[in-house]
Amino acid sequence: MNILEVEGLTKRFGDFTAVNELTFQVGAGEIFGFLGPNGAGKSTTIKMLITLLKPSGGTARVDGHDIRQGSAGVRNAIGYVPQMISVDGTLTAYENLMLMARLYDVPRKERAGRVKEMLSFLRLEEHTDSLVRTFSGGMVRKMEVGQAMLHRPKVLLLDEPTTGLDPVARQSVWERLLELNEMFGTTIFFSTHNMEEADGVSDRVAIMNRGKLAAIGATDGLKAKTGKPEATLEDVFIFYTGNKMQETGNLRDIRRARRTEKRLG
Amino acid sequence: MKDRNTFIHYVHMTVKKSYVLAEMETRKLLHDPTELVSRAVQPLLWLGIFGQALSRVRAIPTPEGLTYMQFIVPGILTQSVVFVSIFYGLYIIMDRDTGILQKLLVTPTPRLALVWGKMISAGIRGLSQAVIVCLFALLMRIELHLTVLSAIGVVIIVMLGAGFFTGLSMIIASIVKTRERFMGIGQVITLPLFFASNAIYPVSIMPDWLRVVATINPLSYMVSGLRTLMLTGGSAGVGFDMAVLACATFLISIVSAWMYPKVVI
Repeated sequence: MNILEVEGLTKRFGDFTAVNELTFQVGAGEIFGFLGPNGAGKSTTIKMLITLLKPSGGTARVDGHDIRQGSAGVRNAIGYVPQMISVDGTLTAYENLMLMARLYDVPRKERAGRVKEMLSFLRLEEHTDSLVRTFSGGMVRKMEVGQAMLHRPKVLLLDEPTTGLDPVARQSVWERLLELNEMFGTTIFFSTHNMEEADGVSDRVAIMNRGKLAAIGATDGLKAKTGKPEATLEDVFIFYTGNKMQETGNLRDIRRARRTEKRLG
Repeated sequence: MKDRNTFIHYVHMTVKKSYVLAEMETRKLLHDPTELVSRAVQPLLWLGIFGQALSRVRAIPTPEGLTYMQFIVPGILTQSVVFVSIFYGLYIIMDRDTGILQKLLVTPTPRLALVWGKMISAGIRGLSQAVIVCLFALLMRIELHLTVLSAIGVVIIVMLGAGFFTGLSMIIASIVKTRERFMGIGQVITLPLFFASNAIYPVSIMPDWLRVVATINPLSYMVSGLRTLMLTGGSAGVGFDMAVLACATFLISIVSAWMYPKVVI
């Protein structure tokens, strides 16, 4: 069963087409990597899927809810972790999680229990009453995942979730994400320009280049098509697009990524 | 019947989530109350320097029985509330830059609640300014006539006025979109609104064209209501001032709820 169905999704800003007739499906419980360099259209696609941006053409359904007509249904079905740091540093860990529990209408009787469970799951129970601005980059990212999962959504959409994290913190965040996927069967849809990261965790990947879908499939299958015996996803990207990853991307994307990295320390 | 139930559900959700957001904003203030101290400087300077100097000139006519220092206390309070509120647009841009706004917009929270939450929060900050201005007035032996009822009236007017200017600043933020532009536009709008009102001189000494501006300036109704409540202890005309402010605040909250999500695009 598909939890996410994208059909001809297009977004234009004036004459510039950021996302060009994207069509793909994601199955329930799948870990799906959405790859591409900065400026490929990944974030714009995610913004349309989470109902922050209206598509110029095409549509998508999330858990059966059309993003054009059923934004309320979509919002209840998803959890979202933006690329930038979206926890409030001036609130404590408990307050940040409780805020989301209340905004997502988690029943009053269950709220405190779920927040405590989540803090324990994230290995942050010792920091319950600490202000989040005192947290390390990895702890901040885990908090964001916790906020997005409190209402137990069917799909978790993460926009470059490990930007700015060191390898240890990155691994720690992924351990939690994979555990959530196993515990609740949550579909994980994540964008990244880190091919190595995507290779390690994804069931399938889609590769975006200049607003278009260049390739989609299981990583092993895509690598085999390159004809190289020890191909990487970087080779897959070059095979399908003719470019290296570093050759694309714009100033705004790079600035945003650097700002996130700086804030995560 | 279904439409009526949907409307009641929407109103219920809007009120409930406005409260959640306002509570979280207040918690932030409680975690770091130094802002209250820094914000106390401005009304102190206006009362201590500007007020003292102009009261000696005796150039500005005041209603019978009122000193100039008494006359400007409600004006200075209004100015402090406006300065607190007008920065909420800047906070929206900062929330956009940190990803907090995107995350809030993706929750199933009515857009109006996101605006009302900020408005109530600005009102609470505005009330702290009311306490500070009244304390300064007391220390400077400026006579106020506050009763329990008139104090309640002051609370209502401060909340409404703060709400109006918060809504206005959120609309400005959705148009200008960057901190730098907002800072410039914020100054350009705030000062003329202040000087084109009855805050520091009566409407009677204004040229005709400025009287027209003062009549349509919501800030004048805020000052007028506060002046009656704080200096006479009575309520003559206060109902009309409150009604104008309530209508203006409600209308601007609707426009703001429609416009400010555009700040993320």
